[in-house]
Amino acid sequence: MYNYKHYCKNLHKYIHIVDVCFFTVSQEQIKNLYQRFQQLSGNHEKISRDDLERIPALNNNPIRKQIITAFFDKRNQHQNDVGSLDEIGFEQFLMVMSHFRPVNSTATEEEKVTVRKQKLRFLFNMHDTDNDGIITLDEYRTVVEELLSQSGAIETEVARSIADAAMLEVASTNVHSPHSRPRMISMKESHLSILNRFRWINIFSMMSIRFLDMNSATMRCGKLSS
Amino acid sequence: MLRCGYALFWLLGSVLLICVVSPVKGEAVVTREGSHLKLSESSHSNESQHGHSSNITGIPIISFKWHHVETPYLVAFWVLVSFLGKLVIEANHHVTSVIPESALLICFGFILGGMIWAADKVQTFRLTPTVFFFYLLPQVILDAGYHMPNKLFFTNLGGILVHAVIGTCWNAASLGLSLWGCQMGGAMGDLDIGLLQYLLFGSLMAAVDPVAVIAVFEQVHVNDVLFIMVFGESLLNDGVTVVLFNVFDAFVSLGGPKIDAAEIIKGIVSFFVVAFGGSLVGLVFGLLISLLTRCTKNIQIIEPGFIFVLGYLSYLTAEMLSLSAILSIVFCGMCCQKYINANMDENSVQTVRYAMKAFANGSETIIFVFLGISAIDKVIWVWNTGFILLTLLFVLVYRFIGVFFLTWILNRYRLVPLEFVDQVIMSYGGLRGAVAYGLAVMLDENKIKEKNLMVCTTLIVVYFTVILQGITMKPLVMWLKVKRAAVTEVSLLEKLTNKMFNHTLVAIEDISGQIGHNYMRSKWKYFEENWMSWILMKPSARKKQDQVFDVFHQLNLKDAMEYVTEGERRGSLEFVRNENSIIDFKKKSESESFDINNANMSNDHGAMSTTSRDPIPSVSLEMHEQIMKAVREAEAINAHHLLDQHLYKSRKQHRHRFSRSHFDINRDEKEVQEIFQRTMRNRLKSFTSAKMGVKPPKTIVKHTQKEQQQKMPNGKSMDKAKTSYSGDEGSEGDSASGYDQSYMRATYRAGAGIENPAFMPDLDPMDLLQIPPWLGESELDSSMVALSHRAQVDLPRTPSNLRRLAPLRISTRSTDSFTLENIPDTQQMDSDQLQPPPPPPRPPRDDGYV
Repeated sequence: MYNYKHYCKNLHKYIHIVDVCFFTVSQEQIKNLYQRFQQLSGNHEKISRDDLERIPALNNNPIRKQIITAFFDKRNQHQNDVGSLDEIGFEQFLMVMSHFRPVNSTATEEEKVTVRKQKLRFLFNMHDTDNDGIITLDEYRTVVEELLSQSGAIETEVARSIADAAMLEVASTNVHSPHSRPRMISMKESHLSILNRFRWINIFSMMSIRFLDMNSATMRCGKLSS
Repeated sequence: MLRCGYALFWLLGSVLLICVVSPVKGEAVVTREGSHLKLSESSHSNESQHGHSSNITGIPIISFKWHHVETPYLVAFWVLVSFLGKLVIEANHHVTSVIPESALLICFGFILGGMIWAADKVQTFRLTPTVFFFYLLPQVILDAGYHMPNKLFFTNLGGILVHAVIGTCWNAASLGLSLWGCQMGGAMGDLDIGLLQYLLFGSLMAAVDPVAVIAVFEQVHVNDVLFIMVFGESLLNDGVTVVLFNVFDAFVSLGGPKIDAAEIIKGIVSFFVVAFGGSLVGLVFGLLISLLTRCTKNIQIIEPGFIFVLGYLSYLTAEMLSLSAILSIVFCGMCCQKYINANMDENSVQTVRYAMKAFANGSETIIFVFLGISAIDKVIWVWNTGFILLTLLFVLVYRFIGVFFLTWILNRYRLVPLEFVDQVIMSYGGLRGAVAYGLAVMLDENKIKEKNLMVCTTLIVVYFTVILQGITMKPLVMWLKVKRAAVTEVSLLEKLTNKMFNHTLVAIEDISGQIGHNYMRSKWKYFEENWMSWILMKPSARKKQDQVFDVFHQLNLKDAMEYVTEGERRGSLEFVRNENSIIDFKKKSESESFDINNANMSNDHGAMSTTSRDPIPSVSLEMHEQIMKAVREAEAINAHHLLDQHLYKSRKQHRHRFSRSHFDINRDEKEVQEIFQRTMRNRLKSFTSAKMGVKPPKTIVKHTQKEQQQKMPNGKSMDKAKTSYSGDEGSEGDSASGYDQSYMRATYRAGAGIENPAFMPDLDPMDLLQIPPWLGESELDSSMVALSHRAQVDLPRTPSNLRRLAPLRISTRSTDSFTLENIPDTQQMDSDQLQPPPPPPRPPRDDGYV
């Protein structure tokens, strides 16, 4: 079914990626992913937005757009590059997937920190749509509105105020910042709020256990069923 | 030491109390066999005869009928004694932090048992299986099921099931076989116990009791996964044990020679049928409860009762169908929790929670006390060192082996492997409790010759595990540095981010084309939201069930509470009222006039007037505060709603306290109107008197009149007139009538830039002079009624029950003043309120009277 020759040709490259990201998967699992990749792309070497949008299971996902965008975001490719791609190859696909790897129990503390940071960065990038390294209130609101739009029970108004309240939480956790108060007020007046990305990372590292749990609970790379 | 002495003193006190009663008790008890809790028909019939005979001789003025009340009296008394024991034990935190409560309760039971035995020379009180399984256990299990953290439970369901089913079977089989082997080897002397009986014994010993472990876990906040593994396991394990026990009991009754492969297969099948059947019964009852609570709106008082009654019925139904009753009630609780919490009134939900806890905790207390009492009985003590010690050893060792082996298998499939430390705690947490004892007492003496030995061994194992392991559990948890749960506050950000994670993970699973946990969960959630909720939830509740919104709401409530605390710290809630500065004057005027109407002037009025003395600086301060405080604007608005509610709720009259079916505040339309009219009449009186100088308060009236007449002809601007007016007023504010003050503040506000249309006509003293109060009243009424409707419409996001109260609130002149969006409306409304005749109908009347 899948382009085995191509796969074999590039296998060393993939394994390299795996090594780089200490993506704890076996060759078998890469093969499974490759099959899935081929299936999505229709046996092409590259995968495009449309291919992902065609996945039926994604239809119910409120943040479908963000997820798909994340796949084509250069920032998620571990290179210091900004912008978005039109198509991605399997390498890039694997790179994005590697953000969701479970943390190996044998990983050192340092590795764990790196992994955590990468995961956070991925999530951050999903919010930060204009690549400026800052999640503004508007950006956050958009995401929250979309996130909450699914249930239909929450109106846009409420969703917006929830987003605001969440942003205020962020602001209020940074008590040390001297400028927090004006910022909050500016947020109240629905101007853009400037929130440093590092603060986000701080906040997430506080909830790191949960975060790691959730990630690791998901990507069962060992159990891929092709 | 001093503390301990104190506790001892209390213990002695309670003991004395019991001693006083025990002669009476002893007397009654000697005549009877068995438990005090068991209904004794014979004593009842005796009693009735006795009663009749005494009635024949004449009419006794008073008679002592102990036998008449004996059974319920003893039950109630024992409950009281157990609770008092708990009270004494819990009074001393130094002891309970070292020794778990369950262990202390057992010791308390020892003391009680000793006293009874000393009095009667025979143990008359004992925990019987009937009482235990029918009256004490169900509520404990229902509580556990109802308060089960469902998400956590189902995420770890695999592990829990493996431990609860396979682990229990392993414990039962290994213990039974090992003991049998030891007996074959001659380690225990001459005992008349066969292999099957050993297996039966093993199965009853496999029941793990959660109570003591959970108490320790809650104290030290172990991590979620460990908690749910132990909790879920011990809960399901109880059910599985009972099933296993019944299967082996059937085998024992059948007798060794008759057992062939077919019977064994039947036994295994029945094991699964009983377990899953029981769960199914529970699910059905859970759904039934959910459905019922959809339509209990009109009987809110007994609404919580449904959960208990139907939960108990599900237990009994499963028992009747010889399915697993424990599993049934567990799943009943788990299944209905979400829907009943959404369907029922908030108060009912709280009632259910507390009642559930009260029942469960009470039962637990009684169970442990009686476990202690049961020990003091010469009859059951059959000592066989080999048997008892080997049982203890095997129970402990096989628990460790089982847990480690099963976790080893599970860890190969888990992404977050259970750590070694967690496994140790899980193994060590295998305390045996009342279920084991209850099952042991249920053994049939005819079939099992060594029943007493088994009961005795069970008791020793229970004491050993609950007391010794319970005490050492906490130090062990500390010493091994078990991963603690992070103590986190609920935060909206966290919830949102978690939701984000969930969706992201589902999406990734979808894209990578695998079917994992998240995929399943999202599918279930989809089904649940679209079908289950639709059927089982009220339409109104369905809207509010979003978790994020829930947290949002909770946080808002918390903020509101903080506001209240803050306000109390400052002595009043003034600052909150002032926060949305523009319309707050209404609030003040309302409270003041209300106070005055209630002739409540003494304290409040003084406070009010002091604040009113210097209106301008305080207001400017408040404005400053507003900037500081109104940071969480969205939440503040919500908080204000709550405050609004709170501020006026206390003044509502609970008229129907004596009614059993209603617990409502007074909503009678006519009465509301009556109150309103009276209020308005009072106000109007004070208003006109202030204006006209017709009636007291006299001194001020002169001033104001002078003031006004001076200023108005001068043609000064309205604002100035008002401010000076208010300033004068403030200087004499102590004796000013409430309405004047409010009026003055209103004017001040108007000066601050908000036009008060009400003011214009009122300023003219000639105007109201001619209007008789009663006429103004009637005018008011009509306008007010209309207003109340408007106010209702304007209330944003007000719960429906609040809406119903709107007329009442209007009557106390409260308006929903906190929404900025409503300012024009409310202002208008207020102006209408303040000024009896509204502007439009005004001209004709003016013509008529002026």
